[in-house]
Amino acid sequence: MITSDGRAGNRVIILLLPGLLLVGLLLLLPLLWLLVLSFYDNGPSLAHYMRLSDDPSYYKSFLLTFQIAGAVTLATVLLGYPLCYWMLGLSAAWQRIAFICVLIPFWTSLLVRTYAWLVLLQRRGLVNTALIDLGVLREPLSLMYNATGTTIGMAHILLPFLVLPLFATMQGIDSDLLKAGAALGGSPSFVFWRVFFPLSLPGLTAGALLVFVLSIGYYVTPQLLGGGSTVMIGQLIQRNIELFSSWGAASAVSIVLLAMVMAVFLLMSRFLSVDRVFGAR
Amino acid sequence: MPALQLRHQGSEMSQAVASAPESAAGPIDGGRGPLPEGTAKDHTRNRHAGAACPVGTNTPLLCMSNAQILAISVRSASKRFGTTAVLDDVSLEVAEGEFVTLLGPSGSGKTTLLNIIAGFTTPDTGTVHFGGEDVTEVPPHRRGIGIVFQNYALFPHMSVADNIAFPLKARRIVAAEIAERVAWALSLVKLDGYGGRRIDQLSGGQRQRVALARAIGFRPKLILMDEPLSALDKQLREHMQIEIRTLHERLGATTIYVTHDQREALTMSHRVAVLNQGRIAQIASPQEVYNHPADAFVADFIGEAALIPVERICGASVRLGGSMLRCARPVPDGGQLLLVVRSEKLRLAHAGDMNAFAVTVRSRVFQGESQLVIAETVGGASLTLRLSTHVETDDLLPQPGQQAYLSLHPEHAFVVRAAGG
Repeated sequence: MITSDGRAGNRVIILLLPGLLLVGLLLLLPLLWLLVLSFYDNGPSLAHYMRLSDDPSYYKSFLLTFQIAGAVTLATVLLGYPLCYWMLGLSAAWQRIAFICVLIPFWTSLLVRTYAWLVLLQRRGLVNTALIDLGVLREPLSLMYNATGTTIGMAHILLPFLVLPLFATMQGIDSDLLKAGAALGGSPSFVFWRVFFPLSLPGLTAGALLVFVLSIGYYVTPQLLGGGSTVMIGQLIQRNIELFSSWGAASAVSIVLLAMVMAVFLLMSRFLSVDRVFGAR
Repeated sequence: MPALQLRHQGSEMSQAVASAPESAAGPIDGGRGPLPEGTAKDHTRNRHAGAACPVGTNTPLLCMSNAQILAISVRSASKRFGTTAVLDDVSLEVAEGEFVTLLGPSGSGKTTLLNIIAGFTTPDTGTVHFGGEDVTEVPPHRRGIGIVFQNYALFPHMSVADNIAFPLKARRIVAAEIAERVAWALSLVKLDGYGGRRIDQLSGGQRQRVALARAIGFRPKLILMDEPLSALDKQLREHMQIEIRTLHERLGATTIYVTHDQREALTMSHRVAVLNQGRIAQIASPQEVYNHPADAFVADFIGEAALIPVERICGASVRLGGSMLRCARPVPDGGQLLLVVRSEKLRLAHAGDMNAFAVTVRSRVFQGESQLVIAETVGGASLTLRLSTHVETDDLLPQPGQQAYLSLHPEHAFVVRAAGG
């Protein structure tokens, strides 16, 4: 809290200074530079943005990115919610073990995990071989080098981002509320949907929002698991620089992506206070 | 009781509600003694006759008929957590419409006993019966209980009205009926017009009232309260004690109340069950528990009492120092005996008076409405005498260092066995 007291106010500013400098120099300044670049093509110009709206491949890529981000978010919610709920019922010791299991992949290198999925999902990979040997499939599924592979890999990698805030919120739900709900006549499913689920929603939304926003800008996993056909926005930016060395075009795509992420945040904050969701209150 | 009359006609429910004023008189009629058993039973029978079960009930227990009172019986229940016996072969019979308080220090097992009655905890051995029906294996939501928690446990994401409507919605009552019952419950706790408020807009006392309204809004046959007033300040707590008593008299539902506050227990209950180390040390009327504690623990836990070692002379008298005290109640035989001396029961006396004994005054403490005289018996035991301050008696009080004689009426000269003796 910044107080009206001048000396306390000064002290707060001194404490904030390193953080402000870091954010200003390493984030705001480069962003500003990106913004300038995106409007520059041998002089001030809107050419990069014009091409964005004219070229259908950009539109397709944006659409695909949002589709994959949506699918990844949905997958993490469907996997993560039951996981958190199950973990909540464990004894303290088992809860810690389950948590470590969730977090170990989180600490493992992104590349290692993505390559692990490569091994599992390829045509002669573990998943296909097992399904064929079990007689479930005749022909191997194409689980890789397409949107499916990208979604599977990303959902796995991003799952902890959903689990962490969701589990914290679930743990914060007063168990007396559930006892009260049961004693007052609510069947287990009634109490779940009327009490537990609404109270877990802030954590679920926070986690889902994190996963969605991180998915939109994802690069490594779609690059490795998506093959050439699945081009997400992150790859689009990279191609613009690496193949066409068009810093202006890459900047324009980045700015549009940034604007979209901001829009998602703004939209969400209309329904719930974002700072509350992330526990800053 | 006009507040109980809902202006609702035509449904099965109205039949039940219409006869509410009768039940409002309650089986107790404001009296606080042990229940005359016959009256309570007759009362129930009458109301069972006109009872109609509304829809959406799973078991007969949930039936929200106008038969709202229920006899509760816990039969030799035990519960262990790990190696500690939290509850050790406890039996408790609560009559229909009775207000029973479970009183004890923390860790005495009172909350575990309440949890067993509510169905949150299954006893290792023993059974729970509601109105003669074995409910030991019935889950909490089928027991038809109104419950109030220490921290209120109000649903923070719901309005006041939605909180009170929760048990009604769980029972699939129609919306119009719910609205009326919510309004009725709100008026009972004097919160008319608060239905739309959010929980975090309420004061502690108001939250307490909402929790009460939620627990009684569906007219449960049994209401459980787990230290419901402990979070309130003293003044509000005393006010709410009287309100809960009044509500109980109007509604007549069997009530089991948990507290560690002995004054609260004495104020509110028909009977007090004093728990100690997982056992019921005594269950009796407040007067009995206070005047004739079953053992040294109860004597020490309730009220301010000095426990003074005495020797048994016979079944009706004991020796304290050089004096003989007559006891109206039988003196237990064997073991170390303790005389229960409550400070307000002592009188100033003269040598040779009946049941008089010598003490040396150590100090005097002025406390406003009364003063304490702290004295020591010949045997060296410390005791206190409480006298109301009055100009006529103040001068008679002995000064520190002086010898004085105190007497104890035979009815108040009550002797218990020392713990483990």
